[in-house]
Amino acid sequence: MTSTLRPPPPAPPRSPQEARSPAPRPPRRGRSWRQALRRDWQLYSLAILPLLFFLVFRYLPMLGNIIAFRRFKPGGSIFGEYWVGLRYFRMFLTDPTFWEVFTNTLVLGALTLLFCFPLPIVLALLLNEVRARRFKRFVQSVSYLPHFLSIVIVAAMVMQLTSIEGTANQLVSLFGGDPVAFLQKPEWFRTIYVSSEVWQTVGWGTILYLAALTTIDEDLYEAARIDGAGRLRQTWHITLPGIRPTMMTLLILNIGSFLAVGFEKILLLYNPLTYPTADVVSTYLFRMGFQSSNFSYAAAIGLFEAVIGLILVLSANVISRRTVGTSLW
Amino acid sequence: MVTFGTKIDAPKTRGPDDSRGYRIFRVVNTVVLLGVVVVTLYPFLNIVARSLSEEAYIIAGKVSVVPRGFDLTAYKLVMSDSLFWTNYRNTVVYTVVATLISIVLTTCYAYVLSKPQLKGRGVLVGVALFTMFFSGGLIPNYVLVTSLGMKNTIWAVVVPNAISVFNLLVMKAFFESLPTELEEAAAVDGLNTYGILLRIVLPLSKAIIATMVLFYAVSFWNSWFTAFLYMDQQDLLPVTVYLRNLIAGATDAQQSGAADADVVQAAATLQAVTIVLTTVPILAVYPFVQRYFVRGVMLGAVKG
Repeated sequence: MTSTLRPPPPAPPRSPQEARSPAPRPPRRGRSWRQALRRDWQLYSLAILPLLFFLVFRYLPMLGNIIAFRRFKPGGSIFGEYWVGLRYFRMFLTDPTFWEVFTNTLVLGALTLLFCFPLPIVLALLLNEVRARRFKRFVQSVSYLPHFLSIVIVAAMVMQLTSIEGTANQLVSLFGGDPVAFLQKPEWFRTIYVSSEVWQTVGWGTILYLAALTTIDEDLYEAARIDGAGRLRQTWHITLPGIRPTMMTLLILNIGSFLAVGFEKILLLYNPLTYPTADVVSTYLFRMGFQSSNFSYAAAIGLFEAVIGLILVLSANVISRRTVGTSLW
Repeated sequence: MVTFGTKIDAPKTRGPDDSRGYRIFRVVNTVVLLGVVVVTLYPFLNIVARSLSEEAYIIAGKVSVVPRGFDLTAYKLVMSDSLFWTNYRNTVVYTVVATLISIVLTTCYAYVLSKPQLKGRGVLVGVALFTMFFSGGLIPNYVLVTSLGMKNTIWAVVVPNAISVFNLLVMKAFFESLPTELEEAAAVDGLNTYGILLRIVLPLSKAIIATMVLFYAVSFWNSWFTAFLYMDQQDLLPVTVYLRNLIAGATDAQQSGAADADVVQAAATLQAVTIVLTTVPILAVYPFVQRYFVRGVMLGAVKG
């Protein structure tokens, strides 16, 4: 993340002198790899296993994406058998189902962003106005709780709440309606998905904002009060600008993961009846790969998705740097 | 900030904070936050109530937060299922082993990355950072794990997600904040890098290691997809997949026209019980460990 977020430093800070002038060290240019290895080989040796992990389990699969351009045979080489060029890409780009799931992904991603990004800010601002410390602590502790649950548990809870005899339908019949099989109805899927997402993430999402809020200079509020600014105007002119770097960083991260909408949750909650709204790129890819055993086709879709994700996060970062001066790196 | 008197002040001395509008806001705010608490807790209470209720009351849609017709049959049923306990034990074993591996790898790498004078450090950081923004994807990962022969072994669950880059950055930031003098003095005393790490740095890092253990342990405890993907023997599954199969089974039954309504309903109670039994350990430790999580998240945000 960025160096622009500044919650109170949890670890004892170094004295300013130290920070400015680190221990004298030999000039960089003069040291060759040989010298570095001789001097620091023990340090490098500590990096071997983690590096091996990254190379094998992170970078090798990136190379493995080559099967998107090759014919892949299960049980054969992990890099496929022979070249087929862009065949699989052409296949999914002309596949109407792909565009359907792509649209679903955009809609679910946009809705998630629309609700799960601003609501933690609102909750943090509300919590920030609470004077009773114990009450504040209590609300915080409760609101963090869903973050620690497995997605399977959340999905199971959703199923119970929306089942025919569940709470949602108890409310429906309270208002005289007929019970609805919510999870079988495509028109309800987005609401259910986004609500459960909000339920699970909003509380936890306030942490960084609450930390940023404590770093805002009290004098600014004092000055604004003397100028006659009310609470609302103080919030608008001091509080919000104060947490803007945090907001931008989280926004960039959110946009970067835009396409990666909760694959696991959807996989648990959707069914053929709700495919029209629930099926997203990653779940479609999953079915193509593991139910239809079309690995190359699925890998092509996955590569497409990953590249778009990378482009999204890079462009969000550039825009943010140009407009508000916040950047992830 | 301005402190509030509960006494009614003379109108003239009221600052902007004490305005009537703001007081109304504070009341509304308290109500809204209480609403957040209720909405957050409701599903938990509902599940507990359902797990303890008699079948008939659930089917009639009469159970919300109070158990109706107290009944422990479902608990007895789930707890007498040996597969449930096998899977539960698997979860414990996977979590412990995976957390151990993760902590060792993360600590080693974070320590290396925290040495500013190390040649090639930038590259080592970059190798980790890039994976945050681009990943190989599901299919190549599956092909890799399969061809390494890790399917249906514990390794498929504990190795492929061993290092979380976020956790790595948190640890790196912590190591960077440690004073360098101690390590320098230890080096002068003839301790080598391993000695410094084990005897000087790690004892100073107990708090951060505890936080990391919690981060990793919770994520492995909760994970289900890797096991779902790489394991097809029932007795190897973690309890999350046990629950997943239970709810998937219920959904299938519902879709096939609810051939047997009783089966679906029984599944609903069993689900509730299984949810309760898998959530209890987390709820039990949550009050004690919550603050470590919060601290870890903030530490990760400071630098990175």
